[in-house]
Amino acid sequence: MQPDFSIRLEKRGEASAFFSVFSPLIALVLMLFVGGVLFAIMGHNPLNALYIYFVEPLTDTWSLHELAIKAAPLILIATGLSLCFRSGNWNIGAEGQFIIGGIAGATLPVFFPQYTSFSILPLMIIFGVLGGMAWAFIPAYLKNRFGTNEILTSLMLVYVAELLLDWIVRGPYRNPQGFNFPGSVSFSEWQILPEMLASGRAHYGFLFAILGVIIVWFMLSKTMKGFEIQVIGQAPRAGRFAGFSPKRTTLFVFLLSGAFAGLAGIAEVSGAIQQLRPSISPGYGFTAIIVAFLGRLNPLGIFAAGLVLALSYLGGEAVQISLNMTDKIASVFQGLLLFFVLGCDTLIHHKISFGRSWFFVGKDVSHGSV
Amino acid sequence: MKLSAENTDQPDMLRVSKLTKYYGDFAANQDIDFNIKPGEIHALLGENGAGKSTLVKILYGSLQPTSGDIFWNEKAVETPTPSNARKLGIGMVFQHFSLFEALSVSENIALSLSSEHTIEEITQRATRLSKRYGLPLNPDALVGDLSVGERQRVEIVRCLMQNPDLIILDEPTSVLTPQEAESLFETLDILKKEGRSILFISHRLEEVRRLCDRATILRFGKVIATCEPAAETAASIARMMVGSDVNLVEKEITKSDNQVLLKVSSLSQSAATPFSIPLKDINLSVRAGEILGVAGIAGNGQSELFDAISGETSAIKAENIEIRSKRVGKLSINERRQMGAAFIPEERLGHGAVSDFTLSDNMLLARHQSDAVAFKKLGKIGMIWRDMVDKATKRVCDVMDVRKAEVNPRSTSLSGGNLQKFIIGRELDRQPSILVINQPTWGVDAGAASYIRQAVVNLAKSGSAVLIISQDLDEIFELSDKIAVMFDGHLSQAHDAQSITREEIGLLMAGVENSENKNAA
Repeated sequence: MQPDFSIRLEKRGEASAFFSVFSPLIALVLMLFVGGVLFAIMGHNPLNALYIYFVEPLTDTWSLHELAIKAAPLILIATGLSLCFRSGNWNIGAEGQFIIGGIAGATLPVFFPQYTSFSILPLMIIFGVLGGMAWAFIPAYLKNRFGTNEILTSLMLVYVAELLLDWIVRGPYRNPQGFNFPGSVSFSEWQILPEMLASGRAHYGFLFAILGVIIVWFMLSKTMKGFEIQVIGQAPRAGRFAGFSPKRTTLFVFLLSGAFAGLAGIAEVSGAIQQLRPSISPGYGFTAIIVAFLGRLNPLGIFAAGLVLALSYLGGEAVQISLNMTDKIASVFQGLLLFFVLGCDTLIHHKISFGRSWFFVGKDVSHGSV
Repeated sequence: MKLSAENTDQPDMLRVSKLTKYYGDFAANQDIDFNIKPGEIHALLGENGAGKSTLVKILYGSLQPTSGDIFWNEKAVETPTPSNARKLGIGMVFQHFSLFEALSVSENIALSLSSEHTIEEITQRATRLSKRYGLPLNPDALVGDLSVGERQRVEIVRCLMQNPDLIILDEPTSVLTPQEAESLFETLDILKKEGRSILFISHRLEEVRRLCDRATILRFGKVIATCEPAAETAASIARMMVGSDVNLVEKEITKSDNQVLLKVSSLSQSAATPFSIPLKDINLSVRAGEILGVAGIAGNGQSELFDAISGETSAIKAENIEIRSKRVGKLSINERRQMGAAFIPEERLGHGAVSDFTLSDNMLLARHQSDAVAFKKLGKIGMIWRDMVDKATKRVCDVMDVRKAEVNPRSTSLSGGNLQKFIIGRELDRQPSILVINQPTWGVDAGAASYIRQAVVNLAKSGSAVLIISQDLDEIFELSDKIAVMFDGHLSQAHDAQSITREEIGLLMAGVENSENKNAA
């Protein structure tokens, strides 16, 4: 018999209820631990570094506003993505839908800078939403019509969107008075999404995020549409038995998540950046995937997870300033978190079993059968 | 009396003593004592959930007992894994085959053996074994091209390659035609004469009576009795299994001039995937108050026919399918439901119900459109009216006697029989004028099965048209007014259930065409 050094994942009969509930928290703790070890390796006091990363940003009003600004797009995008993921549609391209939403929304202020009235902002938002939907329509259509893999098409469209943005801020959307710097004109007062509170910079994008969470929560738990999405995701055959169309669902969830991403994009451009630049997102569309899974694809969970991941961006900036560390540290923490979330979920439902030879190394393990 | 005296005095090949298996607080097996002699065919009987699978899995090493001992040839043994059990000489043929359709017969056999043997050696041995035991096989054939009976032979030969002393067969005849079952019994006879023992699990009491030397009957995880099946009647064995009398279904003969409610005409359809069966010119009609049974071995186009009638796949032409004389071939499943039709698919989990959903969610699954007025509110928004769905769920569970631990459990937590009662009750609750069922009692215990059959007969009695697709010939004969047989995507004419014999049906099931016109109704 051949030596058996295989390592296999075997399904557990019954997943532990305790660990299922607390798996996101366990993932957080593991992330903090490994993060601390990394800080120590790089020569910093891990406790101090973790304090600067995860606690200090929560201690003053200014950074709480920054937290809301960063959490808003994450929550909004992730809420839309949760519908996609629950229905088994893997939209990985929210980053692109976010960017196109930003571009589409910025079109009005860029080409009609004189158009200043209360109606401009709602129009910009509608443009942004439509832009995100249009970009999400492409992978949905390709999947329904030709059976293409939506993971690949939606992801590739991210790079198309990024390059498109990079080109138009140097070309057609460039500010003529901008000394040839890439970037559009700065928006005027009517074109800027206003601040929510007098105390700081946080704009109404955060309110959009809260509304998005409520709408999707209501849809998933109370309406037929939410029921349909879950049936299609869990048992496509039962979905057909119920008379639900998988193609219509694919189109619906892509358009809705595209709309949310586009809304997040225009809210970011109009509220936080207030002009179009070569780069308008620090990877919100990708980080939102982590948010969606950390929040267990549940809108309320996503709200909490969005705040945690927003903190990882803020903390990354904080250690950059205080400890002279690279800005890549935020990506490291986000990667660790996604790794541990998926790892915990996998190990809750599966156990690892090792091939026989791991335990009998050197012994004769051959015994003839047949 | 099949047991001779010297047979009784022989030492046991296998004996278990006080075998107990707990899942949490639930005793799946409790203090099981039984033994198997060399050269004995021993039946293991019991309703679903009686603990047969648990016991067999413990013997085969895929489960570990909580307590108790297993003796093999009078020596205490442990079977921590199936490969230990195989080394002892215990082989098993599962009810659900584990074969790769895209590989050949000998490649499939080779996969289960160690890699020391070349494929040629395996082919030779498999051919020798198949000749010796009357299991004709072509080792080079692709498994995907084989019939169910042939696939079972592959599994049996694969098991025999290990030269087992005890062979466990889990419901081996449930997928076979009467003729195929007959040839399996001949094989078992040869094995028995060689001194090998067989543990035979079956729901079919008649064949157990004919074939088995002794039977051990389980109920609620305990051994209720050990008997000699030949000395009992099927009814007396059933009584031991269920613990009470099993009611026989009562039915009346219907008049043949009622209105045709369901009609399929000239339905042809090409195969959608490499493993699906094309439908060839299917014609059938079911009148009000009538039950038409479609017999046939699984995989001859029954699922495809069900999907076409239900509307999960739309027919090629609108006139292919008529409900109450209206052409519905292009309508969706929900539009057909709204015309009074109800559908019950073969697969419970993943098709008729979503595993992780509660019963009330599964109520909604099939009836959100036909009961839209009751179950939904707020028009376009489509908000679910939970109270009404819960009420309907409770009503169905009460009427069908669905046994469950919670008010609204997830469908996976119900036993097969109880979930099937719920799924059938969900449709009967609507009083459909047309009911199409694929395998109504597949894998359902005897008590639930007779309950379900009676409910279906009652529906027909009240004037509905019922189409039953089933592999179980006993069930077909028990329920149907007319019987048609499906073979290779083709449906035979409907024959009067009173005048056609089992043998004739068996020939049709095996695709022998010449008896076709003899008994046409």
